[in-house]
Amino acid sequence: MADLTRLNALELAAGMRSGEYTSTEVTQAHLDRISAVEDTIGSFITVTADAALATAADVDRRRAAGETLHPLAGVPVAHKDLIVTEGVATTAASKMLEGWVPPYSGTVYRRTQEAGMPLLGKTNLDEFAMGATTENSAFGATANPWNTAKVPGGSSGGAAAALAAYQAPLSVGTDTGGSVRQPAAFTGTVGVKPTYGSISRYGVIAMASSLDQVGPMGRTVADAAALHEVLAGHDPHDSTSLRDQAAGFLAAAEAGAVSGSLAGKRLGVIRQLTGEGVEPGVQAAFDAALAIAEAAGAEIVDIDCPSFSYAVEAYYLIMPSEVSSNLARYDGMRYGLRVEPEEGPITAETVMAATRAAGFGAEVKRRVILGTYALSAGYYDAYYGSAQKVRTLVQRDFAQAFEAADVLVSPTAPTTAFDLGAAQEMDPMSLYLGDVATIPANLAGVPGMSVPAGVADGLPVGFQLLAPAREDVRLYEIGAGIEAAVNETRGAGVLAAAPEL
Amino acid sequence: MSQTSAITAAEVSHLADLARIALTDEEQAALTGDLNAILSSVAAVQEVATDEVPATSHPIALSNVMRPDTVGETLTADEALSGAPASEDGKFLVPQILGED
Repeated sequence: MADLTRLNALELAAGMRSGEYTSTEVTQAHLDRISAVEDTIGSFITVTADAALATAADVDRRRAAGETLHPLAGVPVAHKDLIVTEGVATTAASKMLEGWVPPYSGTVYRRTQEAGMPLLGKTNLDEFAMGATTENSAFGATANPWNTAKVPGGSSGGAAAALAAYQAPLSVGTDTGGSVRQPAAFTGTVGVKPTYGSISRYGVIAMASSLDQVGPMGRTVADAAALHEVLAGHDPHDSTSLRDQAAGFLAAAEAGAVSGSLAGKRLGVIRQLTGEGVEPGVQAAFDAALAIAEAAGAEIVDIDCPSFSYAVEAYYLIMPSEVSSNLARYDGMRYGLRVEPEEGPITAETVMAATRAAGFGAEVKRRVILGTYALSAGYYDAYYGSAQKVRTLVQRDFAQAFEAADVLVSPTAPTTAFDLGAAQEMDPMSLYLGDVATIPANLAGVPGMSVPAGVADGLPVGFQLLAPAREDVRLYEIGAGIEAAVNETRGAGVLAAAPEL
Repeated sequence: MSQTSAITAAEVSHLADLARIALTDEEQAALTGDLNAILSSVAAVQEVATDEVPATSHPIALSNVMRPDTVGETLTADEALSGAPASEDGKFLVPQILGED
C-alpha cells in the first residue's frame, strides 16, 4: 500500500469510499508520521491519538454498515489550538490557559466532528494568534519542514507545518491579518481566508473580532475548498455569520483545474505590493507564476491601491484596540490561570494584575497596552478613529480595483521564511510590515488565498489572490487554475521540492 | 490634526494599571521604547483620515441580527465552574473585590 500520508484529502476520501483502505489505517498512518517527525517539527501542542482512532473506528463501522457518510468522513484533520474543543485541552499557546479543558466546542470543531473527521490534535500558534513566526508560543517554537532552521510563519504555523510535514492532510487555522496565508506561503501549502462571516467564529478564542476569520488549509486548492464547505454556513451563535450558501467551492476548484480555465481571466497586480520592499527571489518567483498564468490565457492588469500604503498602520491600531478589549476576560476569576501577588493586599484587582503579568507573553502585553492607549480619551479620534477611516479607504480601493480585475494578485509575503530567532532581533514595526500584503483583506472583509508560486533559495514562495466579498468561489476557480498551470510547468507540486525530513 | 506626542514611562505605567498588567521595571522601559516606535509609525493614518471620510467599524455590516426568543443550549453550573481557579457552593470563589480604603 502507498504511503497514505502522501495522498491529499480528496484522494484519501475516494480511497476509503472505494474500500482500498479504512479510516483507521489512514488515521494510524498520520499518527505514526506525527510520532516520527514531531520531535523535529513541533507542529502540535496536543496530539489526540485515542480520540482520533475512536472516530476513525466509528466511521469504518458505519461505512461497513452501508450508512451514507459525509464525503470527507474518515479524513483526519488538525485544529489550531485557538479553537475550543470540548474535553480536549485548549491553550491558545498561552500560559494563561494551560491545562484548560473547555466545557463546550466551537462550531468549526463540531462541524468536523459531525462530518466524521478524526481530530489528530491541536496545532501550535503564536500566543492568542499574535505573531508571524509561531515563536511567541508558550509551549515552544515550530520548525519549517523545508528547513528546520527556519520558522513556518504564523500565527497558524503549526497548522501549516503539519501539512508540509505530511502529519495531517487538512488543517483548520485562523487569519486576523494574514495568519493562514503567510504560513501557507512559508511552507508551500494552500491557505484561505474566507469572506468575513463565511465561517462561524463561535468558540474561536477571540483576538480582534472585526478581523478574525477561520480559514481552511490543505496541500491543494481543491482540498482547501472541500474543507471550506465543511466549516462554512450560517451559525446562529455568531451574529456576524452570513446567511450565504456555503457551497460550490469544490466545484469551482475542479472547474479551475481544467486546462484553459484561466483564459480571459483578469489578474490585477497590485502596484503597492510588488517591486520595492519585496525580496528579489520572491519577486522573481511571483513574476514567473504570473508569466505562466499569462501564457495560459490570463490577462494581466496593473492596479493602483494607494490607501494600501496606510493599511498596516491602520491595522496596528484597530487590532490592538480590539485585543485590549477582548483579552480583558482573562481576569483569573472564572477559568484559566490565577496568580496572587507576592506582596501587598490580595484583592480582585491585584490578583488580576499579577495573573496577567504571569500569564501573558511579551507580545500580548505590548498589544494590550498599545490598544489601551489607542482607545484612551484624548487619543481615540486621532488613532482609532483615523484608522477606521483608513478602513473605508481600503474598501473603496478594492471596489474600484475589482471593476478592472477579476482577482487581485501579489506575493503573499515580501520575504521567504525567516531564520528561527531572527524576529526577536527585529524592532516590532519592521516585523509588522511583513503583513503588508495580507492585511488589506482583513480590513475590508474580502476573501484571500495563498497558493504556491515556486521556490526561491530553497524556500517556497506564496502567490496571493484576493476576490470581492462573497466571491470566494472565484478564488477557488482561479487559484486552482494557477496551481494547475504552475504544477504543469514544474512537472510536480511545489511541495515536492521540499527535502525529506 | 496631528497628535504624535511621545509617550513617557509614567504613561506606560498608567496604561498598565488600566489594563491590569503588573509590569516589571524592565518591561516598562522596553514597552516605552516599543510604543513610541510603533506610534510614530501608525500616526501616519492621520494623513488621509480627513473629515469627509466615514469610519468603518465592521467589514460587512449586518443589522438587526435576531434569533427566536427561546431557550437554547446552556452550560450547567458544574460545567461553567469546571475551569474555575476556585469555587464554593456552586459559585465562583474570588478574592476580596473592594480594597480596605
